[in-house]
Amino acid sequence: MTALLAVERLERVFGGVRAVDGASFELREGEIHGLIGPNGAGKTTAINVISGLLRPTGGAVRLAGRGIHGLPPHRIAALGVARTFQNIRLFPDLSARDNVLVGAHLVRRASLAARLLVLPAAREEERGARARAGELLERIGLSARADDHARNLSYGEQRRVEIARALAAEPRLLLLDEPTAGMNPVEVQAVAALIRSVAAGGRSVLLIEHNVKLVMDVCDRITVLDFGKVIAEGPPAAVAKDPAVITAYLGSGT
Amino acid sequence: MWEHLRDLFLTYESTLGYIGLNSLLALSVYATLSCGQLALSNAGFMAIGAYGATLLTLDAGASFPLALAGGVLLPAAVAVPLGLPVLRLRGVFLAIATIGFGEVVRLGLVNWDHVNGAQGIVAIPQKTSLWTIGLALAVVLFVLARLRGSKWGFALEAIRQDEPAARTMGIPTTAYKLAMLVLGAAIAGLAGGLEAHFTFMVAPNGFSFARVVDMLVFAVVGGTARFWGPVLGATFLTLLPEALRDLAPLVGIEPGPLRLAVNGLVLLGVILFLPNGLASLPDRLRARRRRAAPELAA
Repeated sequence: MTALLAVERLERVFGGVRAVDGASFELREGEIHGLIGPNGAGKTTAINVISGLLRPTGGAVRLAGRGIHGLPPHRIAALGVARTFQNIRLFPDLSARDNVLVGAHLVRRASLAARLLVLPAAREEERGARARAGELLERIGLSARADDHARNLSYGEQRRVEIARALAAEPRLLLLDEPTAGMNPVEVQAVAALIRSVAAGGRSVLLIEHNVKLVMDVCDRITVLDFGKVIAEGPPAAVAKDPAVITAYLGSGT
Repeated sequence: MWEHLRDLFLTYESTLGYIGLNSLLALSVYATLSCGQLALSNAGFMAIGAYGATLLTLDAGASFPLALAGGVLLPAAVAVPLGLPVLRLRGVFLAIATIGFGEVVRLGLVNWDHVNGAQGIVAIPQKTSLWTIGLALAVVLFVLARLRGSKWGFALEAIRQDEPAARTMGIPTTAYKLAMLVLGAAIAGLAGGLEAHFTFMVAPNGFSFARVVDMLVFAVVGGTARFWGPVLGATFLTLLPEALRDLAPLVGIEPGPLRLAVNGLVLLGVILFLPNGLASLPDRLRARRRRAAPELAA
């Protein structure tokens, strides 16, 4: 079976900095895969390359066997890749629901002619899209704030709306860049449950996260990056004991 | 008596007509602003529409609807090859490039002998009536209203607020920006064709940089967060000089320069005190009332 996502000897250089330096890893269908490493290890750069916001300077990214490296972001999204951002990028002047509706762009099957001719089909389509957005907001526990502008939501709420917005595209692969940063423990538990339910629905999740407990709890496998290179890979328990990982995080102690 | 009434109607008709034409022009600028692009090529598109429709009427003997259709399609077609390169530019650089386009069109017309150069074309048959302008405005407003709530409407809003994020949601932002430039060109061309057959003359200096600044001021004063904001701005700023006409002799300034000065003051006032334009006034008043409410409850 081919992997859903295959990152092959990926390289991204900024001037003299090799942010991602020949990293390779694979994600299976329905897998929750952790991508961890110290600050500056190249995790966010890797996600930016996978989602097309950055072009790789070397290597390949394959989605279900098809090379997607170098494609523009909207094409990659159309192939089933959705993401959240480390520095939240909701549309601040849109309501929570409307943010989710933007996320549904790819799955909304509407005809411009029907819309302009005010056909019943157009109304049905919009009603259906709003209903699905409402369901997603309920799933993240924010139904009560659906009509509030994104800018007025709390930090944790904004992060959850970003996840809902990404899920609205019904992606095969969900890229989460530090989804629990700035959240309280209760919110973190809710996000952990959400990530599990997403994977249970057959979607793959690539999770960048600094909360080690969360990563150990939810991930099936983990890839550890340091200075743009993969230094360890495997199930959480094995990675936690890996001497190279301990050195990267804590220093060699000599 | 009758003479006076007729004069009154003629003044009135021209003002109403210009409210409609200016609304269309404000909406043509709004089209690109709605996805965050400051394109100032619309005086050029308007000129292409006006001259295109005029030549169809005078040289080809086309019927009025056909001439108008030409005035819509011609600038729309020109917008595609213009947009493909210039929409790569952002912010003020896009504004500068599109101003350049407008000037190229204007200077081209000045040097085109067939259309009498700088003198322009006079004695165009008057075919535009108030109801044609009203119908055109209604059609454009209807199209813009129908975009709201659709996937295309949300996509435009998303591009305006965060273009890279919008792209990761599968929105082909370049295609959308090009589509709105073409739509804006079509609306500006429609206004141009209508105006040519309303005032029965066209001349290059009617499509100068000042004209597109007027359009932009209508849109900004009215507000671009709502699609009807530009109409509000165009109406307000078209009526204002009429109200100032009697004031001009009192302050000892000619009506023309006074209009420019007042437009500038209105623009400044809106930017300082009402950044989202006149259209945001109801929301602001509601928010103020809500802020006052808790004190009453306490």
